[in-house]
Amino acid sequence: MNMRAEIARLAYGGRTASIGFAHGPFVRVDAATNAARAVGAPKEEERALRAALISAGRQIAALASAAGGEAAQILEFQVALLDDQDFLDPIFAAILAGTPADAAWLAALDEQIADYNSAPDEYLQARSSDLMDLRDRVIRTLRGGENAAPNIPGGAVICADDLPPSQFLEIDWSRGGGLALLRGSPTSHVAMLARARGIPMVVQLGSVSAEAETALLDGEGATLELDPSAEQVGLFERRRDVHHKHRASARALLRRPAASWGGEKIRLLINVQRVEDLDHADAQYADGIGLMRTEFLFGGQAGLPDEETQYRAYDAVLRWAGKRSVTIRTFDAGGDKPVPGFTKKGEANPFLGVRGLRLCLARPDVFAVQLRALARAALHANLKVMFPMVTTPEELEAGRNLFADVVGKLRVEGVAAVLPEIGIMVEVPAAALTIGRFKASFFSIGSNDLAQYVTACDRTNGALAKLIDPLNPAVLELIGRTAEYGKRAGISVSLCGDMAGDPRCIPALLSSGVRELSVNPSALAQVKQTIDGLSRGDSRD
Amino acid sequence: MLESRQPNGQVITGSVQLIHAAGMHARPAVKLTKLAKKFKAQISVRASDTADWINAKSVAKIMALRAARDSIIEIEASGEDAEAAVAALIDLVATDFPDTGQ
Repeated sequence: MNMRAEIARLAYGGRTASIGFAHGPFVRVDAATNAARAVGAPKEEERALRAALISAGRQIAALASAAGGEAAQILEFQVALLDDQDFLDPIFAAILAGTPADAAWLAALDEQIADYNSAPDEYLQARSSDLMDLRDRVIRTLRGGENAAPNIPGGAVICADDLPPSQFLEIDWSRGGGLALLRGSPTSHVAMLARARGIPMVVQLGSVSAEAETALLDGEGATLELDPSAEQVGLFERRRDVHHKHRASARALLRRPAASWGGEKIRLLINVQRVEDLDHADAQYADGIGLMRTEFLFGGQAGLPDEETQYRAYDAVLRWAGKRSVTIRTFDAGGDKPVPGFTKKGEANPFLGVRGLRLCLARPDVFAVQLRALARAALHANLKVMFPMVTTPEELEAGRNLFADVVGKLRVEGVAAVLPEIGIMVEVPAAALTIGRFKASFFSIGSNDLAQYVTACDRTNGALAKLIDPLNPAVLELIGRTAEYGKRAGISVSLCGDMAGDPRCIPALLSSGVRELSVNPSALAQVKQTIDGLSRGDSRD
Repeated sequence: MLESRQPNGQVITGSVQLIHAAGMHARPAVKLTKLAKKFKAQISVRASDTADWINAKSVAKIMALRAARDSIIEIEASGEDAEAAVAALIDLVATDFPDTGQ
């Protein structure tokens, strides 16, 4: 029987860009073929391009005002480029020197697009589709081709190589549907638009056969199935119904006091970058603050923050939290977070350089100011302080000794101060492998840096995005060892990297023994829902 | 940080740290150039003390800065409203490009 093989051939896997489910007619949308145009004298060519730019600007403005909100903001980048003399002047100069208008425009845009595509950061790469959108719109206008939207039936699963934002907005999504892209990126503007509208979207599907009548698009499992069998449709509908039920209960769930898994309580904490992050509507439902970053204090004005500025920020967060625990991480500068006047300049490998606690110990003048502010704030009993980027127990002890000295000096000055509980980030493999040597009150696994150091992948290098998988068994092994040691020794272990907010990683983390997760406030509802689903024995993987 | 390089106030300079999580991406770049264009002054920016100064009113140039989160943006302006321009741009970056509403 070849039935199974046949079904497998028509199922494609990609990456999730927007969660949701679509079942409908399958429609291919491909780039229109370019028509040739007659070339005029340089002056006429210049006028032709100016007219095309004005017309393109009007089309985009009309789309933006119809769509409003986030879509309008996304299109503003294109509008700004149409009004950018530095950008347009060389194009008009080339035209006046004899280049046809369309060729000059294409050359300038293609150069920009190639530049964005070669950027190391996935976010910048994704901007190239905005530029392609603008390039093609102006070319269509210039070449006189009507930019009629393709005839797309309602509720269709639309498949394209990539899709520019303006084309997304030209499609009627009022009857649902979904978007399946062979290339594309989860951080593209189209993906933001799809998420904002609740349109399921899967990207990076590779090559997909051109012909099919109907399609199933599962934005959660990141799959596309073409001309599905009744069995496939049945399974798809079950996944969809389960997803809808979960989403409806997410907000209600958030208000329930505690998440639990296998009868054990799972503490859900939040990461905050700035005091204002506590304004997020969901922050109040957190069991505490698992990570308060303090690097933001360097922002705004130049120079290092003084003791009062720091004290006010720490005090505000501790007051907000009340009886709930707050873990404040000491300055984690260096690596990809340089701070002028503090971090070392000219390091060949900043991620392997003088960063985190290493830098603070090298600059006790700066560190002491932070420790003074923390020791004063520690009069609130809910404060815990954590050192980042710790490699050896000697570093932890050096930090603790400095802290104790600071507390002693404050008391001599007659200032009330307390030495809070001190813990460490577990992100250097050497620390994770010898965790029992550290006399810490708590451990917090920094999974982003741990994965970076275990897999030997610079996490800012987009070309290594697949290799730096936090679910690599070596990373999970170190997380598991840390959690197991914590359980045995009665020391709490939390995890505060991106893994904690990723529904795909949560089962592995819970299985590894992690019982405290710290995530951005916006991810709290989804994480609670995921844990709730897992504890109900729901297997949705 | 705002300072006048010459006592007669010809060239105004300032610097501010970029706190935006994604760095100087499309929306911040659009907001920055839109604000810069409201001033008559000639305004230049750069994202490191070795880079060339670029026109703060060009969104293509601002995006090409590739300014990452936490980089220091230096601003230099000359002309009648230079001081107000530098102050306004510093405020925009320091407050993380707030949505002002329409």
